[in-house]
Amino acid sequence: MKTNYDVIVIGSGPGGLAAAIAAKENGADDVLIIERDVELGGILLQCIHNGFGLQLFNEDMPGPTYAQYYIDKVKAHGVETLMDTMVLDISPQREIFAINKDLGYLDLQAKAIVLAMGCRERTRAQIMLPGARPAGVYTAGTAQRFVNVEGHMPGNKFVILGSGDIGMIMARRLTIEGAQVERVLEIMPYLTGLTRNYVQCLLDYGITLQKHRTVNRIIGRDRVEAIEAVTVDEKWQPVPGTKEIIPCDTLLLSVGLIPENELSKKAGVLLDPITNGPYVDDRFMTNVPGIFAAGNVVQVYDLVDWVTEAGSTAGKGAAQFALAEKLETGEEIPLKAGENIRYVVPHKLDKNHLAEEQVRLQMRAITPMEERVLVTVEDQNGEVVTKKGEPYARPGEIITLAIQPKAYEAVQRATSLTVNVRKR
Amino acid sequence: MAEISEIICVTCPKGCTLRVKHEGKQVLEVLDGCKRGEEYAICELQDPRRMVASTVRVDGGLHPLVPVYTKKAFPKHLIPDLARALRNVEIPAPVKINQVVLPNALGTGIDVVASRDMPKVAA
Ligand SMILES: Cc1cc2nc3c(=O)[nH]c(=O)nc-3n(C[C@H](O)[C@H](O)[C@H](O)COP(=O)(O)OP(=O)(O)OC[C@H]3O[C@@H](n4cnc5c(N)ncnc54)[C@H](O)[C@@H]3O)c2cc1C
Ligand code: SF4
Repeated sequence: MKTNYDVIVIGSGPGGLAAAIAAKENGADDVLIIERDVELGGILLQCIHNGFGLQLFNEDMPGPTYAQYYIDKVKAHGVETLMDTMVLDISPQREIFAINKDLGYLDLQAKAIVLAMGCRERTRAQIMLPGARPAGVYTAGTAQRFVNVEGHMPGNKFVILGSGDIGMIMARRLTIEGAQVERVLEIMPYLTGLTRNYVQCLLDYGITLQKHRTVNRIIGRDRVEAIEAVTVDEKWQPVPGTKEIIPCDTLLLSVGLIPENELSKKAGVLLDPITNGPYVDDRFMTNVPGIFAAGNVVQVYDLVDWVTEAGSTAGKGAAQFALAEKLETGEEIPLKAGENIRYVVPHKLDKNHLAEEQVRLQMRAITPMEERVLVTVEDQNGEVVTKKGEPYARPGEIITLAIQPKAYEAVQRATSLTVNVRKR
Repeated sequence: MAEISEIICVTCPKGCTLRVKHEGKQVLEVLDGCKRGEEYAICELQDPRRMVASTVRVDGGLHPLVPVYTKKAFPKHLIPDLARALRNVEIPAPVKINQVVLPNALGTGIDVVASRDMPKVAA
């Protein structure tokens, strides 16, 4: 087997697929995708619902259909793939160590790497759920894989904790498969997933969502028998007199996703404590030269289209790095989170990048603003470089804003840029 | 009597809340949202429909199931019946993307198709 590659992509979700395609299209000859699953596609293969591709294709596709478009393209481009192969370690010199049942231990060298490992779900341990430890507590994504790919039902009577998209989508899916979903509980005072999912997954099926409420205790010895729900105050403390026992046999947790960066850390990649993903520049290169990152590894995206776009950007950068053994950049300035903004990706901007193409920024609001808002990118003097109106700002939905090449002059004068979201 | 109802549009991820002025099922005016939102609001009052996704069993495939979806938005009141019908469908591998799995589902004229390829594996 070949051991030297121009670009090696780790993970074959939409981020990794797009990166591999872009690497090929930008001149990298030897491109390899390593995937630990038995097939390409990543998390999309279990997201059988519609709602993918609206931004890039202007079409409403199921996850597997969206994935297959890029899988077919990867194959047509002659990208090599290694399935059923787990990457164990990466060095800052871009050496990759992986394991495969047939080929054994692999030691590969890449000129550039794209990290596209996606994210993992928060589990019971991470939210410190009290009570017994019976069978019947699953993360929503695990249940999704059971029901949609492997074909077994994890229970009959469900309570779902968390109003994230995966939780709501599973509420509908389980109902369609004949199960009973008793309740969706959300500890925050607002919905954490998309509003459309609230309508088409919960309202449509008469499933009740209760906000400011959480699971106080899990009841049951061998199998979940019930959960105790309770209302919480602003400090997440239980409000006396609000307990309710809800009989059920399964509790699904949809309590957030964390970028998967164990490998990144081993390679010396620095992580932003707010996104839990690498600090990246506007070509999605991390602090380690030649190591790029794309998709949910960088930040938890809500729309796959942006994951694909980020993958393309990272793959192009990786190809350029592989061919030149470095990346030519101009002066880089920081992009900072300002008023009501939790974080901005990318973390810095190459002032010359705008001469080539627009640069897309993505951020999340801290608190919901259900009124018309103005998102601005301002320089150190408060000079507005670019702005965009939005009908609202919600923490559950990423805000997207592109800096256009026409802002080139304004950016040349800046020493830093700050993004703000304010009431109009 | 004309009244104003709020309908949340699910056509795209924005999820706008649309105020719809209507008399019974007759829409007089959609006050917010875009053109597609207006179509959605009219449809929602007169004949609510949704895209439906599910799975059907596959014999001899890489996985025991293949995901499927309705080619067009499906009448909302028939979704439980469609779900039941799909639970009884089993098709042989290999399956090709867009292959019709249940033609003219429940007489609606809408086909249910596979949303991906499902390769055959040697038993
Ligand atoms: C349940 C759910 C529902 C969603 N619904 C929507 C929706 O309706 N509309 C929409 O637009 N978006 C939706 N999204 C978002 C979108 O699908 C994701 O953001 C996107 O798929 C992430 O792509 P990715 O390439 O970053 O990661 P993934 O698709 O997670 O791919 C990561 C891949 O890396 C592999 N991997 C990880 N570690 C290793 C390793 N060490 N060695 C080898 N391989 C490894 C994994 O096996 C996996 O295949 C949803 C996401 C989820 C989870
Ligand atoms: S009204 Fe238009 S913009 Fe608003 S959710 Fe519907 S389709 Fe999207």
